[in-house]
Amino acid sequence: MAIEVRIPTILRTYTGGEKAVTADGASLSALIDSLEADHPGLKDRLIDNGDLRRFVNIYINDEDVRFIGSLEAELSDGDQVVILPAVAGGAR
Amino acid sequence: MLQIDRSTHDAIVAHAKRDHPVEACGMVVGPIGTDRPERLIEMVNAAGSPTFYEYDSTDLLQLYREMDDRDEEPVVIYHSHTATEAYPSVTDINLAGEPGAHYVLVSTAEHGNNDGPVEFRSYRIIDGVVTEEEVSVVDVTAAEESS
Repeated sequence: MAIEVRIPTILRTYTGGEKAVTADGASLSALIDSLEADHPGLKDRLIDNGDLRRFVNIYINDEDVRFIGSLEAELSDGDQVVILPAVAGGAR
Repeated sequence: MLQIDRSTHDAIVAHAKRDHPVEACGMVVGPIGTDRPERLIEMVNAAGSPTFYEYDSTDLLQLYREMDDRDEEPVVIYHSHTATEAYPSVTDINLAGEPGAHYVLVSTAEHGNNDGPVEFRSYRIIDGVVTEEEVSVVDVTAAEESS
């Protein structure tokens, strides 16, 4: 199973500068473990205390995974995954 | 240094005044590698808050896809502070996710929705380190724009 994962600029230090890498897994959680095996350190930037980090967005085929099961979201061969850091901030 | 043309600068200020007291946010994108802020995109503050901003996640994906298609990247990432100075907060620093971008802060604390000067400042935020930089506002004449 091959799933393309788009990596944002700020996380490309973990992928040797690559903008997209291939990983596999039947769920988002398994996919992230597969990413971690090839690119150590990446998992910690996506997951905190067993949950998706609040200010990281992950999309499967353009759907925000928060609406389709978060880490349990299912994946199939050929799916496209995009990781984007939230653009957020403010005075508080 | 951030070099930005007068009309883009003024449009950011106008956006901040219009949305006051809610924080306004957006980007100015440009061709990859040029450091030229060319195309202003006003974003909706999904938090709708006077002390916090966040792009809607669907809008965010759409924006990045569009930049991808057009070979663009974020050059300026701006937002307003509506009661405090135009300096990055701890939240701003922790959440800064584009090491290549100029982070512009505008403060509407003094004049709110009304006319009057606003603080317009620019920073690099890399690995939690804030470095303020000079802002050079350039007047582009119609002749130059069409060339």
